[in-house]
Amino acid sequence: MTAISDPQSVAALAAEAVDNRVNLDFETEGMTLNMGPQHPATHGTLRIIARLDGEQVISAEPMCGYMHRGYEKLTEVRTYPQINALINRIDWLGSFANEVPFILAAEKLMGVEAPPRAQWIRTILFEMSRIANISLFLGDFGLQLGGMTAGFYAFRDREWVLNQIESATGGRFHPNFDRIGGLKDDLPKGWIESSHTAMDKLLAFCDEIEDLLVGNEIFQGRTRGIGVIPAEIALSYGLSGANLRASGVDWDLRRDNCPPGLVYDQADWKVWTHPDGDCFARTWVRLQETREAAKIVKQLLDTIPSGPVMAKVPRIIKVPEGEAYVATENPLGEMGYYVVSKGDLVPFRVKIRSASFNNISIVPWVARGAYVPDLISILGSLYFILGDIDR
Amino acid sequence: MSQLSSADTETPEEAAPAIDEAREAVLAEITARLGDGVVGSHIRPGDDLWIRVDRANWVAAAEAAKAMGYRFFDFLSAIDWLPSPFGRDMDSQEDRIVSGTPAKEPEPMVQGYAGGETRFQLLARVYSISAGMGITFKCDLPDDDLTAGTWSNVFAGANWHEREAREMFGFSFDGHPNMINLYLPADFVGNPLRKDFPLLARRVRPWPGIVDVEPMPGVADEEGEGE
Repeated sequence: MTAISDPQSVAALAAEAVDNRVNLDFETEGMTLNMGPQHPATHGTLRIIARLDGEQVISAEPMCGYMHRGYEKLTEVRTYPQINALINRIDWLGSFANEVPFILAAEKLMGVEAPPRAQWIRTILFEMSRIANISLFLGDFGLQLGGMTAGFYAFRDREWVLNQIESATGGRFHPNFDRIGGLKDDLPKGWIESSHTAMDKLLAFCDEIEDLLVGNEIFQGRTRGIGVIPAEIALSYGLSGANLRASGVDWDLRRDNCPPGLVYDQADWKVWTHPDGDCFARTWVRLQETREAAKIVKQLLDTIPSGPVMAKVPRIIKVPEGEAYVATENPLGEMGYYVVSKGDLVPFRVKIRSASFNNISIVPWVARGAYVPDLISILGSLYFILGDIDR
Repeated sequence: MSQLSSADTETPEEAAPAIDEAREAVLAEITARLGDGVVGSHIRPGDDLWIRVDRANWVAAAEAAKAMGYRFFDFLSAIDWLPSPFGRDMDSQEDRIVSGTPAKEPEPMVQGYAGGETRFQLLARVYSISAGMGITFKCDLPDDDLTAGTWSNVFAGANWHEREAREMFGFSFDGHPNMINLYLPADFVGNPLRKDFPLLARRVRPWPGIVDVEPMPGVADEEGEGE
């Protein structure tokens, strides 16, 4: 990639590159463009104030907080099972994945481990959340760049996986299915077979999207070389998930630091990276991730062990005193909960480390010097869920 | 109720205290770089490392970690260790005053891993992808001067996290380029994540959870069962 290996000189060069993108000498009287909070490309209520010089963005500052619900405060007055229902709403497209790191953190403090069957089903549902989340991205990103068809296909085929989540958990969007020590319930009859069918449909959907969107010339023109984020910058902003892997960093918490309670080591799968770091790379990595997730689900479906889905835990959950940070590789990136317990029914403090918050904090850096239409590509490809930023 | 707590029923057998050599080495190197700046530490073998530094070395700790390969910025936040005056069992203080019973005293303040002397502690975490380990840094902030140096020159991502910590806890960060509210309106009064900031919804409708968490009749003697 580059001959310079010293991270700090790379960072300095990258900073210089940003300054060069904007021609400061010939700055004309600019205009301020307000995007959002109700703009389609913000899918939610992110507001971006962009100062423009002609078609070029001089500075873009995201304004957060339109959907701030104060979860960190609310967790201090709710019991652990109650919090589980609450945190479903952080990343609402991949809800089950939100529950897992919190439950795992509580399990770590309690010294409880879920039975193998529960761990298997947990991992399967986790990956299904990822597919539900990212398949919508693949369609929605096309929609934002003017490819309407992809959006409809994504909404159509996402139903396959949402139906599976619903039939197993009872909740289409907010399962609230994970429990300290296991799961609420076992799988319904016939679920494994129907899940295989759903995964096949999703794999076909990935091929379809690849033909329709990723291979499309206009799409590539709108995304290739746009919004390039070098690895060193991505790391210092704390970008995670596909955004980081698209910058060439080969790091996936599922493989490299999988917390006990998930069984990713039981499946044969691959972590995809892309060296370019542009909008196209981020889309491409997500597309491959969806395929890998479907493969993981299919493999794990065939190997689910029998047994109980709930360990022996007290009826009233009291978490012993201690602190624990557990992070998992969620659809949007690293999501972690830093839980401080005082041995009570409620946590003393929960710091929610959500992926989109860090992922979107790079917008002022990456949007500087971009053109206005590219801003849409950049925002879309960074892929955030508003609830995941504002918590 | 204590016999129902998981702490009593599911206590795992404590193995002989394992030594986590990798994390011990990281701690030793940070200590070598910061000298007396490291005022406390805690290692959970095979899991995590906590290091408490003094306020003068807060930024130096970030620089040292980054130089050691901890280049991924996880998060920066804070903990208010004040026992909540509005916590569970504490939300009927007004009723107690009306009925003439003495107000209940909050529990004493106890800091967590790696110790602490002050009410507010900064909390930040960095991660090394090559080593596969993270470090959680803590730093005491004295009540009369809730100021620390900014990490945003070391880890650009700390910018937003420090803005959030500022509005939620009322800190300030020296050298921060854009110290304005992130979530809250500019004219918001108060620091919501402080423990003495009342959650008004809970004041109006106190603690509905208390009904659920009392022992069920007849099960008080049993050990806890799964659902």
